Amino acid sequence: MALLDVTGLEVEFETPEGTVRAVSNLDFHLEEGETLAIVGESGAGKSQMMMAIMGLLAENGRARGSALYRGADLLGMTARELNAIRGNQIAMIFQDPMTSLNPYMTIEQQMTEVIMHHRKLKRDEARAQAVEMLRAVRIPDAEERIRQYPHEYSGGMRQRVMIAMGLLCEPELLIADEPSTALDVTVQAQITQLVRELREQAGMSIILITHDLAVVADIADRVMVMYAGEVVECGSAEDIFYNPQHPYTRGLLDSVPRLDRASDQDLHAIPGNPPNLLDLPVGCNFRDRCDEAREECREPPPVWRDETGRMSRCVLPMEGGKRVDPDGTGPESRATNSASRENRE
Amino acid sequence: MRQEGLLQLAASRLIGLVPTLLVLITISFFLIRLAPGGPFDAEMAAPPEIRANLEAKYHLDEPLLAQYFRYLGEVIAFDFGPSFQYKDWTVNELIARGFPISATIGGLAMLLAFFAGVLIGVFAALRQNTASDYTVMGIAMLGISIPNFVVAPLLILVLAIYGGWLPASGWDWTWQRGLLPVVTLALPAIAYIARLTRGSMIEVLHSNYIRTARAKGLPERTVILRHALKPTLLPVISYMGPATAALITGSVVVERIYSIPGLGSYFVQGALNRDYTLVMGVVVFYGMIIILFNFIVDLLYAWLNPRIRYDEGE
Ligand SMILES: Nc1ncnc2c1ncn2[C@@H]1O[C@H](COP(=O)(O)OP(=O)(O)OP(=O)(O)O)[C@@H](O)[C@H]1O
Ligand code: SF4
Ligand SMILES: [Mg+2]
Repeated sequence: MALLDVTGLEVEFETPEGTVRAVSNLDFHLEEGETLAIVGESGAGKSQMMMAIMGLLAENGRARGSALYRGADLLGMTARELNAIRGNQIAMIFQDPMTSLNPYMTIEQQMTEVIMHHRKLKRDEARAQAVEMLRAVRIPDAEERIRQYPHEYSGGMRQRVMIAMGLLCEPELLIADEPSTALDVTVQAQITQLVRELREQAGMSIILITHDLAVVADIADRVMVMYAGEVVECGSAEDIFYNPQHPYTRGLLDSVPRLDRASDQDLHAIPGNPPNLLDLPVGCNFRDRCDEAREECREPPPVWRDETGRMSRCVLPMEGGKRVDPDGTGPESRATNSASRENRE
Repeated sequence: MRQEGLLQLAASRLIGLVPTLLVLITISFFLIRLAPGGPFDAEMAAPPEIRANLEAKYHLDEPLLAQYFRYLGEVIAFDFGPSFQYKDWTVNELIARGFPISATIGGLAMLLAFFAGVLIGVFAALRQNTASDYTVMGIAMLGISIPNFVVAPLLILVLAIYGGWLPASGWDWTWQRGLLPVVTLALPAIAYIARLTRGSMIEVLHSNYIRTARAKGLPERTVILRHALKPTLLPVISYMGPATAALITGSVVVERIYSIPGLGSYFVQGALNRDYTLVMGVVVFYGMIIILFNFIVDLLYAWLNPRIRYDEGE
């Protein structure tokens, strides 16, 4: 059984302007010990997809579908059941380290409360473990600095604290949402290196959300490419990098500097903007920006899969892939067994 | 570092209070003398030489500026002088008589306003945009907009005159006589604090660090009490300074309506009779209290907020 199996996930936000469809018919799974990278432009729905799974959507958000964690549906759980898993078996690190720690509590208070709550440890033991974990993420003078407040830490150090806090209960799954994007380049590299080391030591599964394809190539086993709330391509890191099938993936790869390319000369970003999530087009979401767009793209594009689990959503055939829904209805049909629920918060 | 910072902050604020007090004394001194009429107008009938004697006794015959500096000197020694109207009393004695009553009513009203306001605000915030939220906040809006002198007679009418459960007015240090004045005085502040708390709590609940707290799997109660309450209360705490001023102003009206012999009643009497020293005494005394409370609130705020560092105290 996969560690996490997400089927037919949809996330919508009610806003005064209408319903924002941030995530549509999203399916993916994560095996134990695996590192899955999720990439895509800003607004692709990467963060909100994870928020939905963790029950952390804003009040105006709604999630549908199912997210089976070891067979139990996270989306159908009571707050109590979910709280037993959050911070304990699944830890999450957020995109913005500057505001993700409580400015009115010391690092010690914020770290110890996690293990005191989930592991029922005494304060002293909790503190000792917290200090040890801060050392593991290389906070200097951890013994002293644990008594400080977040504003006394730099951005990179705060993200280390977030990571340390996430790892305190030795989670099976770490969800890291752009753990390094808000930080400067050298700090980014350090954080990435840290995540890699910790993964090796702890043997946990990781979902890594990132803009940074260089990081992806570095540590991901599999890559999932998202566009306008949908998965457009998914496959092993190697396949995605050396043999991308979907035009959007190719566009993304063309927009980053790569070692295997002669120069940065032919580096270009994909022109245009993602579609309006308030009013998604019928047919392929990428149509307006795609070099390969053609008449058939006005219909919802088919999905291609092969036996390695590789997948692409495009009218262009995927190399070695079989078309799985020839009627063109897309995998929406699978979402019928899904439980819908109100946001718990 | 933080302790030092707080001390420095306290010292610098204290020094800053001196000019504030000076301005307060100066303005009220000259303002009351601008008002038409004088303290001994009631004694009009008295022969002019008696009036002259009286005025000489209270130094009213001296040039205004001389009077001002004389007064300033006395105030520094905490002597507010003799009352013009209550002939056998000094202003200090009158304050000592009236203030305990006013302080009791005001202090209780402030406690009530803080706790009830915060409780209602948190309740409404946690039920944001539900019927109970709208109901509570609608009532709060009414509470803010209906003045004391309308609420008090209504309460008296219903609870004292029709219901007969409580005395309508007067004072004797029992809870029955204290209840209505305290509630009347607290109502607008409860309403204001409830609204303030609600807005603040809603904002805090949207912050990223609350999301982090939830992602840690903490029960909702812990998230609210441990993570959200303190930042929610910061704006409420800083409102408690201005709230002191509002309560004192309110108490003047409330004491009058309920015939309570507090400092507010003396103030009104003094103002009507042009009892310069009494009015000045009450104004300066209340001014000091307001300044003192603002000072305490500032320190409390700094102490609660780790981001106010020692260097900001300068
Ligand atoms: N509370 C909300 N109300 C309305 N729309 C929202 C809300 N939260 C997120 N969205 C929208 O959902 C879409 C997906 O957002 P999401 O944060 O998942 O993007 P992302 O892929 O993580 O982007 P980035 O790389 O910039 O973090 C965005 O268009 C965003 O504006
Ligand atoms: S379906 Fe058409 S428009 Fe969409 S990516 Fe494929 S070729 Fe481009
Ligand atoms: Mg994001």
